[in-house]
Amino acid sequence: MERLLFDQLDEELYYEKMTNGLDVYILPKKGFNKTFATFTTKYGSIDNYFVPLGQKDLKLVPDGIAHFLEHKMFEKEDGDVFGQFSKQGASANAFTSFTRTAYLFSSTTNVKENLETLINFVQEPYFTEKTVEKEKGIIGQEIQMYNDNPDWRLYFGAIENMYHNHPVKIDIAGTIDSIAKITKDLLYECYHTFYHPSNMLLFVVGPVNPQEMMNFIKDNQAKKPFTDQPEIERKFAKEPTAVAKKEQVLHMNVQTPKIMVGIKGSYTNQKGDTLLKNELSTQLLMDLLFNQSSENYREMYDAGLIDDSFSYDYTQEESFSFALVGGDTREPEQLQEKLTSILKQAKSAKNLSEEALERVKKNRIGSFLRALNSPEYIANQFTRYAFNEMDLFKVVPMLEEITFSDVKKVANDLIADDRLTVCKVLPKNS
Amino acid sequence: MEKVIDNQGVKLHLVKTDKYKTNTIVFKMKAPIEKEYATTRALLPYVLQSGTNTYPSFTELRTYLENLYGATLSVDLQKKGEYHIISITMEVANEKFLKQSEPLLDKALTLLADVLFNPRSANDSFDEQIVAKEKRTLKQRIQAVNDDKMRYANLRLIQEMCKDEPYAIPVNGILEDVDQITAQSLYNYYQDSLSSDELDLYIVGDFTEEEVIQSCQAKFQLKSRTSKKVEQTNIRKRVKENVIIEKQDVAQGKLNMGLRTNTRYGEDDYFALQVFNGLFGGFPHSKLFINVREKASLAYYAASRLESHKGLMLVMTGIETKNYEKAVTIIKEQLQAMKNGDFTEADIEQTKAVIQNQMLETLDTSRGLVEVLYHNVISGGNVSEEVWKEKIADVTKENILQVGEKIQLDTIYFLSGLEA
Repeated sequence: MERLLFDQLDEELYYEKMTNGLDVYILPKKGFNKTFATFTTKYGSIDNYFVPLGQKDLKLVPDGIAHFLEHKMFEKEDGDVFGQFSKQGASANAFTSFTRTAYLFSSTTNVKENLETLINFVQEPYFTEKTVEKEKGIIGQEIQMYNDNPDWRLYFGAIENMYHNHPVKIDIAGTIDSIAKITKDLLYECYHTFYHPSNMLLFVVGPVNPQEMMNFIKDNQAKKPFTDQPEIERKFAKEPTAVAKKEQVLHMNVQTPKIMVGIKGSYTNQKGDTLLKNELSTQLLMDLLFNQSSENYREMYDAGLIDDSFSYDYTQEESFSFALVGGDTREPEQLQEKLTSILKQAKSAKNLSEEALERVKKNRIGSFLRALNSPEYIANQFTRYAFNEMDLFKVVPMLEEITFSDVKKVANDLIADDRLTVCKVLPKNS
Repeated sequence: MEKVIDNQGVKLHLVKTDKYKTNTIVFKMKAPIEKEYATTRALLPYVLQSGTNTYPSFTELRTYLENLYGATLSVDLQKKGEYHIISITMEVANEKFLKQSEPLLDKALTLLADVLFNPRSANDSFDEQIVAKEKRTLKQRIQAVNDDKMRYANLRLIQEMCKDEPYAIPVNGILEDVDQITAQSLYNYYQDSLSSDELDLYIVGDFTEEEVIQSCQAKFQLKSRTSKKVEQTNIRKRVKENVIIEKQDVAQGKLNMGLRTNTRYGEDDYFALQVFNGLFGGFPHSKLFINVREKASLAYYAASRLESHKGLMLVMTGIETKNYEKAVTIIKEQLQAMKNGDFTEADIEQTKAVIQNQMLETLDTSRGLVEVLYHNVISGGNVSEEVWKEKIADVTKENILQVGEKIQLDTIYFLSGLEA
């Protein structure tokens, strides 16, 4: 077991790779009641074209299958796992993102039992045709709930605009039609390909004894007959740098229009420190342009173009990246024009100030410290970082290191006319 | 864990702990919700955080906060029973985790006092432009609920169910009342609030108690007051439940049901009510989740929650419009099953365990902790964590059945799709 110390943050992290390839991290947290654990596979909605375990050819699977599989993991021959967790005083959950599927629990008692339940239920799939059919009704309603949610539709509309081929444009839950094609055999195929321990990471954070916990996990894994598995072959179709669609308008049952301006990122296939630096630099750029202390924010707010729903974000993963900015507005056309012109000007670093950069860096450092109060944040983000070969605990030193010219560089790399797009949600009768 | 100090007009609550990397400050203002003033009250905190005489604009204030290592300042309104609560929350890094160290907590307290007692104003009036902008944003905030169908259905249920009760007033106020607010009328309301609202200041984190007490005494000087108490509203008894169906262009129907528990936070049988709600719809092992979702496959979410200080239990689920009758029937059956005692001792134990767990988890976050402690201010009681744990542990099946007898279905609200 390795011990990694982070003095300035007063945290220590323990790590060991199991013989079956599973990465296990334990972060003791003094003073907390709760232990939080996530068991995550590097498998998300974008992994829809791959060579299934033991086969030779690439296979395209139905949209929404990773999320469907997440739902079905909770059902076992003798009932559902939620019940097991609550008998042990824990609350359990799971989520599927573009790149990951995570199973998690939190509990203040019976931590070992709960951890064992978590590991075992994820490592013991049980699917039948009957339970798969039953789930289609439940997920169908989850899809409909999102269909009525204008913020979600706006977000996905913007991403859909950006991509010609990349599966990030497909809704994580799929559609009612696509999930109709899911069968128990397909679920097993995805499961066996992506849920091998060598493609997974277990993170435990809370008031635990790290050595004891590590031994417990090691014993559990040693009992299971995993055999080595070759590296998973995933394939993404070639993606042009320009956006697929410049604009999309969705007419919905809303009173207030919404817009989202998106920029399709230019960085792909980055990982480790390069990815960390570019992601943080771009987030700082977005802060400079749009945060609440910026001149742009003041102008837009004073002109009545934005309200407190205004937000922005930049995400970068190995195979895709994008920036989004927008919110509710009475004046969708004007706001679109304003946001577009802010971005275009930023390409040549016009209106970016070095002094403001120091301030937004301080702001990000403070936000990061605040986030470390949250065991959920630590476990989820650490895992995301690790899958991208980045180190969550390097965020502060990296932020300190980023210079004005780094930010100018990402502005120049990111912003381009043909990578800008806009999605709008407008009231139906307009 | 909580140290309470009466500092004349504002009660100081200190919780010392070294488990966080930040210090959290929450200032709470409590007054009964009143139709005449609710909208003005909903506007007030947003105007306060828009500028002070020291930092005269939102931009300058936010710039200062960023320089304090990303200190946060946020405002929020809640209804707790028939009280309308303003919360102003700040969270600031603990300087021991930073390379340069500045006394960040004290600076944050200074800023909070500035926001509260020295907002941008002149001649007994707020700044006209700030008020105009915040009125515009408030209107948008009020209207936004129409575009979020889950929140909308909940709001409509409460409006229908609690018609003629102050609780029906929406937390962000009433759209039609925004225009008549002026920079002067808002300022008058502000002064009245500061002199008559019940005020509580919570500080959670790692600090020197003496220093913080002294600092607060110097910065928060207010006159003593007697807090206004809400009178219990008389609720009309329904012979048959009220059914409201509204049609809109939605893909998923939202079914919300309101029940009167006739039990409130602070009353002896409240603990049994929590266990009742846990068995009925609070968790993924509850009757609603198992029967509406897992067995009938009708919904993705199906749950119930308590409005503890008002004495309500609210059921919510999202279904296909054509399944309305089916879902109502199942939910009613589950309520009846609860009242009949159709649950085992093991079910009770399981539910108690998750309730205890949920509470302990809430206490792990500084804001959650403050919310839990604030329940005592609202109810006028003094339930400590230990007492709470014991009382939950002591709940028997008999208690659950007794509290269940008092629960009555009051209103069914359905936001239906157009197809049916």
